[in-house]
Amino acid sequence: MFLTETDLEAIALTLRLASVTTLILFAVGTPIAWWLARTHSRWKGPVGALVALPLVLPPSVLGFYLLVTMGPNGPVGAVTEALGIGLLPFTFWGLVVGSVFYSLPFMVQPVQNAFEAIGERPLEAAATLRASPMDRFFSVALPLSLPGFVTAGILTFAHTVGEFGVVLMIGGNIPGLTRVASVQIYDYVEALEYGNAHRLAAVLLVFSFLVLLVLYAWRPDRKRA
Amino acid sequence: MPRLRPLLLAFSLAAPGTVCAEEAQIAVAANFTAPMKAIIARFEDDTGHSVKVSFGSTGKLYAQIQNGAPFEALLAADQRRPELLEEEGVGVPGSRFTYAIGSLVLWSADAEKVEDGPALLESGDFNKLSIANPKLAPYGEASVQTLEALGVEQAIEPKLVMGENIAQAYQFVDTGNADIGFVALSQVMQGGEIVKGSGWIVPGEMHAPIRQDAVILESGKDNPAVTELFAYLQGEKAKAIIHDFGYETE
Repeated sequence: MFLTETDLEAIALTLRLASVTTLILFAVGTPIAWWLARTHSRWKGPVGALVALPLVLPPSVLGFYLLVTMGPNGPVGAVTEALGIGLLPFTFWGLVVGSVFYSLPFMVQPVQNAFEAIGERPLEAAATLRASPMDRFFSVALPLSLPGFVTAGILTFAHTVGEFGVVLMIGGNIPGLTRVASVQIYDYVEALEYGNAHRLAAVLLVFSFLVLLVLYAWRPDRKRA
Repeated sequence: MPRLRPLLLAFSLAAPGTVCAEEAQIAVAANFTAPMKAIIARFEDDTGHSVKVSFGSTGKLYAQIQNGAPFEALLAADQRRPELLEEEGVGVPGSRFTYAIGSLVLWSADAEKVEDGPALLESGDFNKLSIANPKLAPYGEASVQTLEALGVEQAIEPKLVMGENIAQAYQFVDTGNADIGFVALSQVMQGGEIVKGSGWIVPGEMHAPIRQDAVILESGKDNPAVTELFAYLQGEKAKAIIHDFGYETE
């Protein structure tokens, strides 16, 4: 077999993490992107900067803060324990929370750009036809910005697959639960098992290239549309 | 490096009170960070040489050395990697020695949690047990051997979380995310005492000794700063510092 059983387990976990994160970010990121695209509030700048922070912060910083805040002495940890969920570090859902923060700008920014590109006119036109705000959003804004959503979804998914530092900080390297493919590769390299590292790394390389190829090859259609 | 020598020499001549001060660039295993900083400060005062250190996991430093990193010596967390470097002709034959022997401690950030270590492990009265990855870190390997010696390795497996190295294993416990963990005594000891939380020092016979070896690399064999540092590490001053941080020496 080309890949070992633990490799396949790590890949399956990685894909599951990326899928769940992307779905959650569609729900969480869309309202934020909509607000950022439409608002004239003075909070637009600060919120936009907050959303973009994970782009520039080292994952070690994000991971460290998550570890501390989600721990028993941190505010998030206190809440999750009070709710009976327990502590999030070392769990799959802890990784999901980390990934949602980590990949947030990759969802919000393309969707926000798409919303901004629509401009006011189609929405105003819909309003004069007595479309409710909800109706305007779902019947006008959403279809017009669909390409932005596709881009955002692919980027978010791919970026979460490539996540390493945050998972390393809060995951605890538990097989099948928090040991994702990137961590598995790191372990191989550290253990001097370069052959195994090469095989899994090649799979990730090809996968990432194909995902981006889909994104870039698909872009011209968007311009025609 | 050789091309820099005249320049370094010029600098050293300009510095008062030093004779032929050189610079050493070395790589040191992360668990030895604190004692190494203390040792280097003394060494620089005593000799006038200067030492630049990169701290990292032994596996990563080894891979970097294999791929041309400009280190002149490696202080590893194990014996295997220095041995390998020697075999590969990158390490200077005969320069290898054990500079420290690590001790393992079952530790909690809670001052009352660890009173009777073996009883606590058997009772399972903790949320997680943090260890260093046994595949990568000698301290992790020793942790698993200790669990096996106590006969609790299977009962504990579901509660096991792993740091990539002993520093991360410590971090998980220190932040309270894991109630207890096996960490290096050097991480919680200062001046011969456990200064924070509570701990059970694992008796040495429960695991294979954690011998940390150092080796001079080919690029550093003619650098007096490197050879003198190795001699210094085996001297009484350095040993006193090493003991203070909870390591043993030969």
